[in-house]
Amino acid sequence: MDKQTPQSPPLRRTVLIRRHSVATRLTHWLNVLCLSILLLSGLQIFNAYPQLHWGQYGADDDPAFITIGAGERYGEPHGFLKVGGVSLPTTGVLGLSKMEGEWTPRAFPAWLTLPSYQDLAAGRRWHFFFGWIFVINGLVYFGCSLLSGHFRRDLAPNRHELAPRHVWREIIEHVRLRFPEGEQARHYNVLQKLTYIVVIAGLLPLMVLTGLTMSPGVDAVFPILLDIFGGRQSARTLHFISASLLVLFVIVHLAMVVLSGTWNNIRSMITGRYAIRQEGPDA
Amino acid sequence: MSDLLTRRRLLIGGALGAGALALGGYGALKPKVDTDAVLRSAETLTMGAQRMMMWHRSLAREFSEADISPTFRVNGTQAPDSEEYAALRESGFADWRLKIGGLVNRPLELSLADLRTLPSRTQITRHDCVEGWSAIGKWTGVPLSLILQRAGLKPNARFAVFHCADELEKTLDGSGRYYETIDLIDAFHPQTILAYAMNGEDLTVGHGAPLRLRVERQLGYKHAKYVMRIEIVDSFGGLWGGNGGFWEDRGYQWYAGI
Repeated sequence: MDKQTPQSPPLRRTVLIRRHSVATRLTHWLNVLCLSILLLSGLQIFNAYPQLHWGQYGADDDPAFITIGAGERYGEPHGFLKVGGVSLPTTGVLGLSKMEGEWTPRAFPAWLTLPSYQDLAAGRRWHFFFGWIFVINGLVYFGCSLLSGHFRRDLAPNRHELAPRHVWREIIEHVRLRFPEGEQARHYNVLQKLTYIVVIAGLLPLMVLTGLTMSPGVDAVFPILLDIFGGRQSARTLHFISASLLVLFVIVHLAMVVLSGTWNNIRSMITGRYAIRQEGPDA
Repeated sequence: MSDLLTRRRLLIGGALGAGALALGGYGALKPKVDTDAVLRSAETLTMGAQRMMMWHRSLAREFSEADISPTFRVNGTQAPDSEEYAALRESGFADWRLKIGGLVNRPLELSLADLRTLPSRTQITRHDCVEGWSAIGKWTGVPLSLILQRAGLKPNARFAVFHCADELEKTLDGSGRYYETIDLIDAFHPQTILAYAMNGEDLTVGHGAPLRLRVERQLGYKHAKYVMRIEIVDSFGGLWGGNGGFWEDRGYQWYAGI
């Protein structure tokens, strides 16, 4: 039922195919909203205690492997990010930034937190409300995708695609910014499939589980979470690391959207229609 | 949380100083209050979900001596600054009495010596601050359920209020006094104890001497320090800000299981 649009030169035509189902599109955009708010309110919560530990416990004097703070150097206030034993100057962004023109010690700057001013209670309200929506949205996506065969049809790579030579060729093509065209563009390429699987089945569930491990109530019901992640403070650290990996994913994801045909990609995620070019005369 | 305090103090001071200004500000704040109400609906969901899973009275994990934090951060009040507390401290809390009243059949007054003769429970548990840090300590005290059984609850009893000696925020109307409330599910949980010892020694002033609450499946601010009086009530709506605790009156969740 593909809608066909004739185009010159006559030997090539553009075909609009159905790329994304309604369920995929709706849950995708709701996920964009949830993850944005969860990130900004999460950084607000992080700011209340800007240190990360490993293990069951961790506070002020206990060894921390990431600290964002402010101090004085040569009589001047400065912000720093300390990873292990290495301290990086981050004045202006991390540790010390301007709020309404005033230098203020705070881990993440006002433009990266929700609300912008320091308010842990409000940050928690935003975080848990959108945490629930994120989980429900995720369950809807999983349910619809299982029923519709989206996972099997669109995401699961076949044996041929997983061959090291094929994966390697895809990597080279991506590095050269040459993306599949024509018939090949009908489906996700193997790097896309693998990345989406890592995010959907790995990072996003990891966010939820490490988040829940920080809850004393959930720990009482499922103490096994503490064994899986190595403690509440380890879970907090893993929550932060997987959030950072998600941010990295989004950056690459957006870059790919732009590089492989911005409007075509965005249209396909809004209307579901994706244009591919086919060889051959018009039908 | 001290920077938070300063902001609140300014706000409250301003509101008390100029009533008209406060009333004028209400209209401007109204849309924001509605957003909050929507966001807060998730709290009911969280509490409902956690309580549904906890039907079997699950216990918070208990750790071994080796897991105890080398230093346990003192949070909130470092030492109550009232003359009344200073006098109690002077006498080694010999004159201190824990009062249990409200909706009970037999109001009680218990000294520290009385509490020590009651059956005790020792537990090594993790203390989770709402800010994100955790510390593990060993707590010894009397199960709250034991005391509530002795006092005998009236049929309409629903919450236990813990009135504390510390004023965490200086206000004109005294609303900066620390208090907390828990419902009877947590009050009768086996790990909910009134602790008089920490890591094998008498509770220090920093950690809430002479007596603090441990309610292990919730965040640190529920664990009221310097407990002076326990009041059993059917509702906490009429107390101070009406939200059931010092931090709850400042925007934090009443159910602090997450």
